[in-house]
Amino acid sequence: MISSAELNRLRWRCTRRAMLEMDLLLGGFLERQFHDLTPAQAVAFIQLADMEDLELWPLITGKRECENSLQAEVVNMLRDVRVK
Amino acid sequence: MSKLTISVRKFDAVIVGAGGAGLRAAIQLSEAGLKTAVLSKVFPTRSHTVAAQGGVSASLGNSEEDHWHWHMYDTVKGSDWLGDQDAIEFMCRKAPEAVVELEHFGMPFDRTDEGKIYQRPFGGHMSNFGEKPVRRACAAADRTGHAMLHALYQRNVRANTQFFVEWMALDLIRDADGQVLGVIALEMETGEIVAFHAKATIFATGGAGRIYYSSTNAFINTGDGLGMAARAGIALEDMEFWQFHPTGVAGAGVLITEGVRGEGGILRNSDNERFMERYAPNAKDLASRDVVSRAMVTEINEGRGCGPAKDFVLLDITHLDPATIMKRLPGIREISIQFAGIDPIKAPIPVVPTCHYQMGGIPTNFHGQVVNPDGSTVTGFYAAGECACASVHGANRLGTNSLLDLLVFGKSSGDSVVEAVKAGPNALKELPADFADYTLARLNRLNTQKGGASVNETRLELQRTMQKHCGVFRFKDMLVEGVSKICDIEKAVHLTEIGDKSATWNTARVEALELDNLIEVAKSTMVSAEARKESRGAHVRDDAPDTAANPNGRDDELWLKHTLWHREGNKLSYKPVQLKPLSVETIALKTRAY
Ligand SMILES: Cc1cc2nc3c(=O)[nH]c(=O)nc-3n(C[C@H](O)[C@H](O)[C@H](O)COP(=O)(O)OP(=O)(O)OC[C@H]3O[C@@H](n4cnc5c(N)ncnc54)[C@H](O)[C@@H]3O)c2cc1C
Repeated sequence: MISSAELNRLRWRCTRRAMLEMDLLLGGFLERQFHDLTPAQAVAFIQLADMEDLELWPLITGKRECENSLQAEVVNMLRDVRVK
Repeated sequence: MSKLTISVRKFDAVIVGAGGAGLRAAIQLSEAGLKTAVLSKVFPTRSHTVAAQGGVSASLGNSEEDHWHWHMYDTVKGSDWLGDQDAIEFMCRKAPEAVVELEHFGMPFDRTDEGKIYQRPFGGHMSNFGEKPVRRACAAADRTGHAMLHALYQRNVRANTQFFVEWMALDLIRDADGQVLGVIALEMETGEIVAFHAKATIFATGGAGRIYYSSTNAFINTGDGLGMAARAGIALEDMEFWQFHPTGVAGAGVLITEGVRGEGGILRNSDNERFMERYAPNAKDLASRDVVSRAMVTEINEGRGCGPAKDFVLLDITHLDPATIMKRLPGIREISIQFAGIDPIKAPIPVVPTCHYQMGGIPTNFHGQVVNPDGSTVTGFYAAGECACASVHGANRLGTNSLLDLLVFGKSSGDSVVEAVKAGPNALKELPADFADYTLARLNRLNTQKGGASVNETRLELQRTMQKHCGVFRFKDMLVEGVSKICDIEKAVHLTEIGDKSATWNTARVEALELDNLIEVAKSTMVSAEARKESRGAHVRDDAPDTAANPNGRDDELWLKHTLWHREGNKLSYKPVQLKPLSVETIALKTRAY
């Protein structure tokens, strides 16, 4: 289980991004879907959140291939985040 | 955070902000051997400068003839003559050198076949004093800001700049003489409160676009530098001037570039009418940003908006060949699918005019020194970048001039600090005994508040109020009402309550502290806008229309002056615009028309 301090840190890193697009996507995901992830998926998400926005965005738009199937799974979920 | 204590660390200089402006300033300091601390809420290369795609302007003349004097003319005209012509001359003359320097720092600019920096056209860039478009924007593909930050960061690593990452500055330290002696900051990871005691303090905290409900700015842009300065008794300049971008995705804010209309995109209202034909018969959907934004708001206000709440219009590219969209506008298709939930090949994109850039800020001269209302400088205090008002953008910023502003004034503020520290006494001036009281009282209040307002709801209320009462198009009654609403919201801000009182990574506390800054920015904006009874640049009032006596509603006789908002007493004063450049003749007042 992730501690509340760790979750708070993750929250800061998901909602104080370089680009608004990523605040909305990662912040929205964290709020609504993160708690449903398996432990392995959670680790993959935290790794994605550690990436810079201009590395992450091409993964989401499919311009760049994901590194492994677990990452691809989480990226797929991110694509489904509806902002509105 | 049971008991609040504070430790003190000493430096020659402290810089708050590690975006383009802060990093550029830090290079000057570190390379001169000053012991420098750079504080940032996020890792430096995650600063909002990353979002800038369009480019940085400089009259390099690599593709065709260009001159800094023409760049200066465009900037003065763009500013609707509210920009200070000494600072504008300084910036435009320094631009080529600033860009070449950046190139030497390793910035991967796009190149021409001969290997020179490639330059592209951009709105408002003209040759020969407004005659015809000129290519002046230098870019690194569509990641100019990102590449710039990385180049500046690497240079800082080389110069051994000391970074304090995920630290939030809370307040300025100012003594009874008005001298600035550093900042008090919070380390998010530990909750520790530390005073950074320094001979010089530079603010480079970026913009505050989150005061609006609809904003292209990332969540980090909460105007902390402006809030800290205002609380320390520094007046804020020209806060009524905010640039709106016509096409942000409704509800999300994410920017849709002008390029979409360039490729043939059409704006439509609820009657499916191409309404821009009525407002700008020639340029139509390609008219300038402010004209398009105002037309959109008029359509919405007159009931021709779309959607259940009739609160947006549509940007239609469904008539374009899907192959063209895929080829020329792939990024926009991705953004629309992700943030509007629609594929623009099949359906139009809901858009609204969206807050984009803050022209006003902490008043400085072109040396980056913060200035008092009487023109004297505040000892020990400097500012650069979007949080500062030099003032080069005046009432309206020219695209690509803000990245330039970061480079030029980041450097000049750094140079000023180096000079002052080297010329000044070796020892730090002593901190006043009560230097931490105010900040600790603020933190204490937050820790003990009961029955107060929610931070999220109060912020939302603030943003909605700004959007409704002080948006693209401004109305007298709405502004008057807006002032009283914002003052009510301020009361709630001073009574916010947080559930989480822990020390480590307490994001609830940080967000409450950010809200303390947003309210200062919102209040200064609303009050300054209500008072300025003319239209100029981005500040457009319904009761100051275009007339023969006052074209575009601009009234130079009464309003050719900078606003200064004073937090103490919520009062305004004014100061003259510097119309005299450094070496050339004044660019004489004219009606701004394109
Ligand atoms: C979508 C978008 C596109 C743009 N495109 C262009 C363009 O093409 N060309 C152009 O010229 N301009 C463009 N702009 C404007 C330009 O990007 C910004 O004006 C500029 O990047 C601001 O840089 P800065 O260094 O002043 O601040 P930022 O880059 O915003 O950096 C601010 C820094 O201050 C730190 N900070 C803030 N508060 C605190 C605190 N309390 N404690 C510690 N640290 C703090 C942050 O962590 C950050 O490091 C664009 C803006 C947007 C939103």
